[in-house]
Amino acid sequence: MELTIEDTIKWMQLTNDKIQKNKEHLTALDQVIGDSDHGINMARGFQEVMKKLDAATYETVSDVMKDVAMTLMSKVGGAAGPLYGTAFLKLSMSLKDSQKVDESSFAKALEEAVQGIIMRGKANAGEKTMLDVWIPVQDYFSANNVKADELETIAKTAMEQTKELKATKGRASYFKDKSIGHIDPGSASSYYLFTSLAEVIE
Amino acid sequence: MKKIINDPNRVVEDMVNGMVQAFPNQLKRIPGTMVISRQEAPVKNKVGLVSGGGSGHEPAHAGYVGKGMLDAAVAGEVFTSPTPDQVLEAIKAVDGGAGVFLIIKNYTGDVLNFEMAAELAEAEGIQVEKVIVNDDVAVEDSDFTTGRRGIAGTIFVHKLAGAKAEQGATLQEVKVIADKVVQNVRSMGMALTPCTVPAAGKPSFNLEENEMEIGIGIHGEAGIERKEISTADEIAEELTMKIIEDLPYQSGDEVAVMINGLGSTPEMELYIVSRKVQEVLKEKGIQVYQTFVGEFMTSLEMAGCSVTLLKLDNELKELLHAESLAPAFRV
Ligand SMILES: Nc1ncnc2c1ncn2[C@@H]1O[C@H](COP(=O)(O)OP(=O)(O)O)[C@@H](O)[C@H]1O
Ligand SMILES: [Mg+2]
Repeated sequence: MELTIEDTIKWMQLTNDKIQKNKEHLTALDQVIGDSDHGINMARGFQEVMKKLDAATYETVSDVMKDVAMTLMSKVGGAAGPLYGTAFLKLSMSLKDSQKVDESSFAKALEEAVQGIIMRGKANAGEKTMLDVWIPVQDYFSANNVKADELETIAKTAMEQTKELKATKGRASYFKDKSIGHIDPGSASSYYLFTSLAEVIE
Repeated sequence: MKKIINDPNRVVEDMVNGMVQAFPNQLKRIPGTMVISRQEAPVKNKVGLVSGGGSGHEPAHAGYVGKGMLDAAVAGEVFTSPTPDQVLEAIKAVDGGAGVFLIIKNYTGDVLNFEMAAELAEAEGIQVEKVIVNDDVAVEDSDFTTGRRGIAGTIFVHKLAGAKAEQGATLQEVKVIADKVVQNVRSMGMALTPCTVPAAGKPSFNLEENEMEIGIGIHGEAGIERKEISTADEIAEELTMKIIEDLPYQSGDEVAVMINGLGSTPEMELYIVSRKVQEVLKEKGIQVYQTFVGEFMTSLEMAGCSVTLLKLDNELKELLHAESLAPAFRV
């Protein structure tokens, strides 16, 4: 795998397409174990990301990611905004000044992004948050030669497995045992992010 | 969905403008932001108080901006925490040189966004302190989970910490008062009907015609129990007892009481609830120092109410009495 500036922009474009298309679905997931805003927030945020990226020219992948981070941070709100913002900020910092990113640098950057989400949100694996998609994806990147179809499967399976988990962090935690049986909204939006990445590296 | 709005995506913008125009001598909007501050902000050498959160809880929080309470409030999208850049604008707008105090309700989103703003402000050389309000006894108080939500008890934090700051207290002294209020305030709510976020267009949950939910959150998050609706007296007793059990009282203790409507409950019903709350407190030997009945922290058009008790000592009583010119809480 290799990620150029164009690939990174394409990645965001595909993510935005999926989020816009599934805005209602994400909001519906958040309706069951949250407060019905995840789709609205993510759609607003990624729409602004595309506006920002379309209006600028970039010299490095890290600058693209920095703009993604800052836009998500200031446009999404809720719990997801600062967490996605932090993740992209960490990706950007880890990949500083790269014009092209190879697989091992990306794996390392992803590890730092996951650490960033953990530090900010104080959750960990198994608490039914976006981390339950980010961590398996990161593990896959660290241990393997990344293949698009495998990446897509890993992300999808991870998202689906959040169904079985009981939420102990975020708004869903108020639902206690009743949070079991439903997919975590933040894991669903994270799935769209990584399945778009899979399409880009294909 | 049936609402008096122009455009579901512009409700916060229209509301913020409407609020500052309704109180032109007291409030102003910081240009280019969703921040409402006092007309005279920043007040030199006074600790600045900032609160905020998702919109849809009016008069919280901009209604509590004014002399004696907050210096600024940040309005997020409906039911969505405001972003760090907006909170940072509020902090900068109220920094009069004595530092800025943040009053945050305990929701992951609010805490994360306000904390990031605090870090950004500190990087710009502004001293920031904070309190996290978690008065909702419907949620288990636990370090392993997100913990208790912040609900209507937050208004007492605004009031008492605001009064303390107005007296010229230091940032640390304001924090001591805010912490003390948080330790002594407890609330619990209940709902009869759900509410609809304008941009979502559909109610966030369902309650049958004969059902109510005890312990519900202000975004309609799960409470303790869903059951058949009972009388006002039974509801008032259940909420009050749960609060009393959580914070032990001794006979003779004094409290401030807040009976808060969630958006579409008539004041008449709130007084019916209040009547029973007073009776329960009397039976327990708890003295009511002052009662507040009305809409203080709503959930759009949800029908329901919450009960808040704040245990008082002389220091807190004095601060509760101090002047406030905030549009939604005049003393
Ligand atoms: N502490 C946390 N750590 C990691 N992810 C979290 C945490 N809290 C919440 N999330 C993620 O955020 C998602 C909810 O986002 P959103 O609905 O936008 O925010 P809010 O809960 O403030 O309404 C959840 O589905 C979950 O994946
Ligand atoms: Mg949500």
